[in-house]
Amino acid sequence: MTHVIELTGVAKRYDSAGAPALGPIDLSVAKGEALAVTGPSGSGKSTLLNLVAGLDKPTEGSVTVAGQQVDQLSEHGLARFRREQIGIVFQFFNLLDDLTVADNVQLPAQLTGTSRKKAAARAAELMEVLGISKHALAYPGRLSGGERQRVAVARALVNRPALLLADEPTGALDTASGHDVRELLVDLHRGGQTIVLVTHDLALAEACASRTIHLVDGHLALETPAEAAR
Amino acid sequence: MSRWGTGPLGRVIRAGVGRRRVQTVVIAIATMMAVASAVVAGSLMVATNAPFDHAFAKQHGAHLTVQFDPDKVSEAQLKETKQLEGVTASGGPYPSTSFQPVDSQGGHLPSLTLVGRSGPHADVDDLDLKSGRWARKPGEIVLSASFTGPVLKVGSTLKTSDEAGGQTLTVVGFATSVAKTADAWATPGQVRSLASKDSPVTSQMLYRFADAGSKGQIAADRKALVAAMPSGALVGTQSYLDTKRAADSGARATIPFLLAFGVLGIVMSVIIIGSVVSGSVGTSLRRIGILKAIGFTPREVVRAYVAQALIPAGAGIVLGVGLGNLLAVPLLEDTEQVYGTASLTVAWWVDVVVPLVALLIVGMAALVPALRAGRLHTVEAIAVGRAPRTGRGQWAHRAAGRLPLPRAVTYGLASPFTHPVRTIALLLAVAFGTVAATFAVGLTQSLNAVGAASDPEERSAVTAISGVPEGAGGGPSVERKPRGGPPSGEAPEMPSADPEKVSAAIKAQSGTASYYGLTQGQVAVTGLSGAVEASLYQGDTSAGRYEMISGRWFTGPGQAVVPTGFLERTGTRIGDTVRVTYQKDTQTLRIVGEAFDTSDDGLHLNADMATFAKAKPQTFQIAVKPGVSPAEYAEKLTAVVEPLGGDVFANSPSEQESMILILDAMAVLLTLMLVSVAGLGVLNSVVLDTRERVHDLGVCKALGMSPRQTLSLVLASVAGIGLIGGLVGVPLGFALHGYVLPVMGHAAGTNLPPSILEVYDAPQLVLLGLAGIVIAVLGAMLPAGWAAKARTATALRTE
Repeated sequence: MTHVIELTGVAKRYDSAGAPALGPIDLSVAKGEALAVTGPSGSGKSTLLNLVAGLDKPTEGSVTVAGQQVDQLSEHGLARFRREQIGIVFQFFNLLDDLTVADNVQLPAQLTGTSRKKAAARAAELMEVLGISKHALAYPGRLSGGERQRVAVARALVNRPALLLADEPTGALDTASGHDVRELLVDLHRGGQTIVLVTHDLALAEACASRTIHLVDGHLALETPAEAAR
Repeated sequence: MSRWGTGPLGRVIRAGVGRRRVQTVVIAIATMMAVASAVVAGSLMVATNAPFDHAFAKQHGAHLTVQFDPDKVSEAQLKETKQLEGVTASGGPYPSTSFQPVDSQGGHLPSLTLVGRSGPHADVDDLDLKSGRWARKPGEIVLSASFTGPVLKVGSTLKTSDEAGGQTLTVVGFATSVAKTADAWATPGQVRSLASKDSPVTSQMLYRFADAGSKGQIAADRKALVAAMPSGALVGTQSYLDTKRAADSGARATIPFLLAFGVLGIVMSVIIIGSVVSGSVGTSLRRIGILKAIGFTPREVVRAYVAQALIPAGAGIVLGVGLGNLLAVPLLEDTEQVYGTASLTVAWWVDVVVPLVALLIVGMAALVPALRAGRLHTVEAIAVGRAPRTGRGQWAHRAAGRLPLPRAVTYGLASPFTHPVRTIALLLAVAFGTVAATFAVGLTQSLNAVGAASDPEERSAVTAISGVPEGAGGGPSVERKPRGGPPSGEAPEMPSADPEKVSAAIKAQSGTASYYGLTQGQVAVTGLSGAVEASLYQGDTSAGRYEMISGRWFTGPGQAVVPTGFLERTGTRIGDTVRVTYQKDTQTLRIVGEAFDTSDDGLHLNADMATFAKAKPQTFQIAVKPGVSPAEYAEKLTAVVEPLGGDVFANSPSEQESMILILDAMAVLLTLMLVSVAGLGVLNSVVLDTRERVHDLGVCKALGMSPRQTLSLVLASVAGIGLIGGLVGVPLGFALHGYVLPVMGHAAGTNLPPSILEVYDAPQLVLLGLAGIVIAVLGAMLPAGWAAKARTATALRTE
C-alpha cells in the first residue's frame, strides 16, 4: 500500500523543559484515505497538521509526505512542497480579501509558474464543480461563510495536491453551510483525494473519514477505522 | 484610574511601547533623523542670514582699522583716542608691518600684513583661534584662517625673506578676524624686529563707533580722528563696510543653495514624522477596540495612543537634536570657510524651536488617528484584521493581476493602494529624496563646471613671464601673478625679457602643444568711472577662452568680450561699441560676446592684443603635449628664458577649486542625510505594512509562496512607489537646479553659460529616476527580509 504520509517517532516541544505538545507518535496515511484527527483543545491536532504541512518542524522524528522528508527541506523546498503536494483549508478561510474569488483560487497555481491562462481555466473548472462560478469576480468579503469555504477548497485543490489538509473546515460555519462543506469533503474523498481532517466535530469525522484518530495531550488515545466508527 | 504611572493606562502605554519594539525603534530613529536634518537645515538657513553681520557683532569687530605713524604720535596719545566723542571702544596700539614670506621651497608667498598682539582676545576684534595656539615668543606666527597661499599647517615654517638674514617663523596657529585687520599675527617684539626701511612699523588702532552704519558716518568718525591727531600721524584706514561688501558678495551666491537644501530638509522632516506617527497609531485599531471593550473611555484611548507615539518620538527628538548639532558642526565649518566668517554655531533657538515643532507634529499626527480610533465603535475596531476588508485597493489588484509579471510581484505592486494616505506620504518621502539627489548631482556638476570655466589662464600647464618690456613706461603691472610664481608686489624685481624672444623660445621648445600671450592691466572705458581690468590676448587663445554666455569669442582686433557685470554697468549689449583707452591709446571696440567671468566684480574686458599698438605680452600661457611633465618642461624652458630676463613656472591647482570642493562636500553630505531620512520613511512604512499584512503573507506562504517570492512581493510593494517617486522627483530636482543656479549666478553678478546650466544628460536622468527605486528598495529591504524569514505557522496565528 502506498503511503502519502509517514510519521516516525514524531514529537514537537515548544518549551524544551516542558512536556511535548505532540508525540512521540507514529502514523501513516494511505493514498486515497481520509483521516480524521479529533481531540479536545490543546491535544496536538493543529500541531500535527502543521508538521504534515511543513508549516512547522518536529523536535524529534521524521515526517515524510508524498515521498519527501518534509523536516529536512529548506524554506524554499518547503514552499515548493506546499504548493505542489499540499492543499490547505483553514477554519477561518484565510482568503485574501483584496483579490477576487477567481484570483484567490488561481493564486497557488500562479505561484508554481503556471501561465495565467491555464491557471484561470483550472480555477474556472473547480469553481464550476464547487458551484461558485457566479461569484468568480466577487470579493470574499461579500460571500457567505459556506461560499468562502468553498472558495478555500477550490484554492486548495487548484494544483491537484496529493494531500488535502482541512483544519476545522466547518468550525466557523452555520449548520447549513457546514453541511454543504461536509458533503463536499465526502465527494472529494469518493473521488480518491487523500484527506487529513482536523476537527472537533465527531459527526463530520464520521461522515467524511475512512479512519479517525483521537489525540489526548499529544498522544494517540484511540484509533477507529471508518467502518467501526460508522 | 491613574492618568499615567502604574495605573492601567500607564501599563497599556508601557506595554504598547515595549511590545512593538521594532516599530518603537523605527519611530525613534526616523524621528531622530528627521529632527537632525531639520536642525542642520535650520542652522544652515540661519547661517545664510547676514553671516558677516553676525560674526562681526560676535567678535566686536573694528568699524575702522587705522594705521598711525609711531614717530608722530605716542602710544599714550593713541590710547587717549578712546575718549574721543563717538568712540565706544578701541583696541591697540599694536605694532604692524608687512613682509613677503618665502616658503620652505623658496617660493614667494603673498605679502602679509603682520600685527603684533599678545593674545587673540580683546575688547575690539576679539579673534577666533581656529586651530593651534597663539604666538608666545619670537619666531612664531599665527596665520589668518583665510590665508590664500599654498597649504600650510601648524608646524610649517616660513622665512621672512629670501635674503641671507631672513628670519624663520613657525606657524603655531590659525585665527580669524572678521574685520580682516591682519593677515597674520605675532608677538609685538617679533613684529618690531621685522621693521625695515621699506616696511616700517606702524601703530594699528581698532575703533568701534556709536554711529558706523554708513559710509558717511565712517567718514565723519575718521575725520574726527584725523582732527584729534598731529598732522600726518594717520597713514591709512580700512572701513569694515568694504570688508563686509567683499564678504557678502562671496556669501550671496551660496544662499540659494543652502536655502534649497534647508527647505527640502524641513519639508521632508515634517512629512516623515507625520507619516511615521500617524501610521503607527493607524495600525493599532484592533488593540484600541479591545481596550474599549474592557472599559477604557475614548479619551483614555486617545491619551494612551498619543503618549505611545510621544515616548519613542520624544526619545528620537532628543537624540535628533544632539545628532543635528554634531552633523551641523562640519557643515557650519564649511560654511565659515565659504563666508570667511568666524565660528558659526547652531543658533540656540533652532535647538528649541525644532524639537517643539517636532513634538507638535508628533502630537497632531498621533491625535488625528487616535481621535478617529477613539470614536470608532468597539465592535468595528475589534473586527479590524479579523473581518474581511472591502473596498480600497481592489481595483489595483485587478489591474496589476493583468500585468505579464510573476504573481508575487503583481500582488506586491497593487498593495500600496490599500493605504492611500500612507502611500502618498511614502511617495513624497521618496520624491523628496530623489529631488535632493538630482539637485545635488546637478549642483556638483555645475560647480565643477564653474571651476573649469573660471580663470581660463589658470588652465595652462606652464606660465612664462616676460614682464614689462623696455619703453612701455606707465604700462600696466602684472595684476594676476601666475600661481606659484613671483608676486606682483613691490619686493622682487619683475622679469623684463623681450616678449618676442620668449615667444620664439616657447615655439622652439619641444613639448609645446599651444600657447598664447597675455597682458593684464587697467583700461578706461568711456562712460564708466574708475579703471576696468582688461586682458589682452595674442596668438592661439583657444585654450584660454572664457565660457561664452552669449555671442562669440573675439576673432581679431577691434572686438571685445565682456562679462555680464560689464554689460549691466555700461548699459550695453552684444553688438554695441565702447571706447577703450589703454596707455593713452583710445580705440573703439565692438562687443561680440558675453563671457562667464566673475573676476574683478564683473568689470573686465577681453580683447585682441593687436587692438592696442603698445600692448605686449607680459606672460605666455602654455599647454604641453600629452605625456609631457609640466615641471620638466618648465625646467627646460627656464634654461632658455631665464638668460633672456624672463622666468618660467609650472602651475599648480588653483585656490578657487577648494571652495568648490567645500560646496561639493556640503552637497554630498546634505544629500546623504536627506536620502537617509527618505529611506527611513520607507522603512517605517514597510514595517507598518508588513506587520499589517503578516497574516496575509502567512497565508501566501502556506499556499506555497517561497521566501524569494515573499521578498519580491514586499519589494514590489515599494518599487512602484519608488518608480513614481523617481519620475516625480527627477523633473522637480531638475527644475530646482534650473531655478537655483541662475539665482546663485545673479547673486554673484553674472549670467551662466550653458556649460554650467545644462549639466544633465539623458542617461544620467534615467539613472537618477531609478534613484527613487533604490531609495524605496533599500528602505524596504530589512522588513522584506523579516517577512521572507517569518515562520508560516506564527504568521498564520497572527491576527
